[in-house]
Amino acid sequence: MSAIALGLDRTVLELKMYSREKEAVFFSFLFPILLLALFSVIFAGQFEDSAAQGGMTAGGYFLPGMLSAGVLLTSYQTMAMSVASERDDGTLKRLRATPMPPVAYFLGKVGLVAVSSILQVALLLLVARVFFGVELPTTADRWAVFAMVFTLGVFGGTVLGVAYSSMATSRTIGAVVIGPLLILQFISGVYIAFDDVPTWLQQFASLFPLKWIAQGMRSVFYPADLASAEMAGTWETGRTALVLLAWAVGGLILCVLTFKWFKRGTT
Amino acid sequence: MSDAISIRGLTKTYGGRAAVDGLDLDIRTGECFALLGPNGAGKTTTVEIAEGFRPRDAGEVRVLGTDPHGAGQEWRNRVGIVLQTTGGLDLLTPREALASTAKAYSHPRDVGDVLASVGLDDKADARIVGLSGGQRRRLDVALGIIGRPELLFLDEPTTGFDPQARRDFWDLIRALAIEGTTILLTTHYLDEAENLADRVGVIAAGRLLALDTPEALGGRSAEEATVSWEEDGIRRSLTTSTPTAEVARLAARMPAGEVPALTVTRPSLEDTYLALIAPHVSADAPDTQDAHDTRDAHHTQDAHHTQDPHHTQDPHDAHDSTEVPA
Repeated sequence: MSAIALGLDRTVLELKMYSREKEAVFFSFLFPILLLALFSVIFAGQFEDSAAQGGMTAGGYFLPGMLSAGVLLTSYQTMAMSVASERDDGTLKRLRATPMPPVAYFLGKVGLVAVSSILQVALLLLVARVFFGVELPTTADRWAVFAMVFTLGVFGGTVLGVAYSSMATSRTIGAVVIGPLLILQFISGVYIAFDDVPTWLQQFASLFPLKWIAQGMRSVFYPADLASAEMAGTWETGRTALVLLAWAVGGLILCVLTFKWFKRGTT
Repeated sequence: MSDAISIRGLTKTYGGRAAVDGLDLDIRTGECFALLGPNGAGKTTTVEIAEGFRPRDAGEVRVLGTDPHGAGQEWRNRVGIVLQTTGGLDLLTPREALASTAKAYSHPRDVGDVLASVGLDDKADARIVGLSGGQRRRLDVALGIIGRPELLFLDEPTTGFDPQARRDFWDLIRALAIEGTTILLTTHYLDEAENLADRVGVIAAGRLLALDTPEALGGRSAEEATVSWEEDGIRRSLTTSTPTAEVARLAARMPAGEVPALTVTRPSLEDTYLALIAPHVSADAPDTQDAHDTRDAHHTQDAHHTQDPHHTQDPHDAHDSTEVPA
C-alpha cells in the first residue's frame, strides 16, 4: 500500500482510538462546547441590555475564545499527550519495526486532528447559532480569515504538540501540557477579555500563538468597531498570519529535529 | 543457503564500558536459535543491533543479507519483531490492530488465520485492554508474524505465562519453525530454550561463551551422571561415567530386582548454563534470580521424581536421561 493509503488507514484507526477514549473526548473535544454553553448561561444577565438592542450576546462574546481554545486542545494537547504515551508504551517502537513508512504515522495524526477539530468547530458554531442566537459572519472575507487562522492554528498546534511530547513521559505529560496551556488561555483572551489583562502580560502572551488565534477569531466574529479594543487598535490580520505561520514552520522544524521513536534509555 | 544472521566482531560501548565486545555469531536460515545470558550480558544490545534499532561501534552485521542499520522498508517487510514489553493499543481490538499492521506488508498472512493460530479467535473483537497477560503476549506474537516474516525476533516471549499457556505458545513457535521461519529467541527460561531451540548460544560480558545444541551445550552430554536411590530408608547417590553398569549392579543387589526411588540425572541445561556464566555474574545480581530458582527446582527433583519422567529413567535408556521428551 502507498504511504497515502496507509495514512488514511491510520487516520481511521486514530479516530477509533480517540473516540473510544472518553477522557480525551471530554477534555479536548467537548470541553470548549460545554464551556461556551456554561458561560452563555452564566453571563446572560450581563449582556441582557446589549442583546436587547441587537448587540453582543454572551454566546457571541465567548465564541471566539472557545474556538481558539478548541483549536489548541484538539491539536496541541491531543498530539502532545498521545505521542508521549505512544512513545512510552512502545507503540512507536513497534510501528518502527514494521515496513510502514514513517510519514503514514504522521498523516494519521494529521488526519485525526483535522477531522476532530473540524467537527468541533462545526459543533461550536452550531451550538452558538442554534441555542444562543449568535449571528455568524456573512461575508466571504471574514470566512477566509477564519479558514486561515483555523488552518495555521491547527497545523502549528499539531507540530508543536508532537515536538512538545519529547519534553515529558506519559506519567508527567498531563501536568506538563495542561498547566502551561491553561495559563496561556487565561492571559491570551480566551476566558478573560484580553483588554483586562495587564499590558506586560499581554506582551508576554503575544509571544505565543494562542493570543493571535484568539485575536484572529475575534476579528471574524466580533463587530468591526471592536477592533479599537485590541492592543494595536486594529485586528492586525496580516501580522496574525505571519506570527501563526512562523510558529507553524518553527514547530515543524522543531518536530523534525527532536522526534524520537524510542523513549530515553531504551535506544 | 547463506546464514540468516551473520555477526563478526560486533562491538558496542556505552560510556566506556563495552556492552558487546567483539561478538561473532551466525544464525542459520531456518533454525530456531536461543540466545541465553544474564541481564547486562549484551544480549539485548546484540538483538537490537540486529533488529536495526541501535547503531554499532564496530563489526560486521548482516541480517537477511542486509546491514540492519538504516535498512529500509523492503528489509522490514521480511523481518518480524516481538519486543520484550509492549503496551498501547488498549483501545483497539486484536482484529483491528492486526488488520492495520497487515496493510504495511506486501504479503501478509490472513488476519483470521493468525488470530486462530495464536488462540485469540474468541477475543478477536474485544478491547485489547481487557486481555490477560498471556493473551496480550500472544497478540504481540500475532503482530510479529502477520507480515509473514522470514526471520522472527522473539524477546523473552513467555515471561509471566502460566504453564499451559507456555506449552501452547511453544506449539505455536514450533509450527512457525516447521514453516521455515528463522527464529532468534532470547529467554531466561532454560526449559524454553531446551524445548524450542535447535542451537543455543550463551553470551556474557559481551562475548559468546558457548554455542551448541541444547543437549550438548558445555559438553554436558559427556559429563558424569548421578545415580540416586533409596536403601534402608536412606537416600544414597553416586556419580559415574557408566550409569548403566551402576544401575545393573544395583538391580542385582536388590531383593526384588527393583531399585527403590531410582533416578539417573545428568547436569541439566540450567546447571550447565549457570556454571558457564558463573564467572561473569555476582551472586546477588537480581537478573540471575530466575535462573537460580529454576536450578533449585531441579535440585529438589529427586523428592518428586515420579512426577518428572523427563529426568527419571529406567535403566534401559539411562544414557538418554537428559534428553527432552518426545
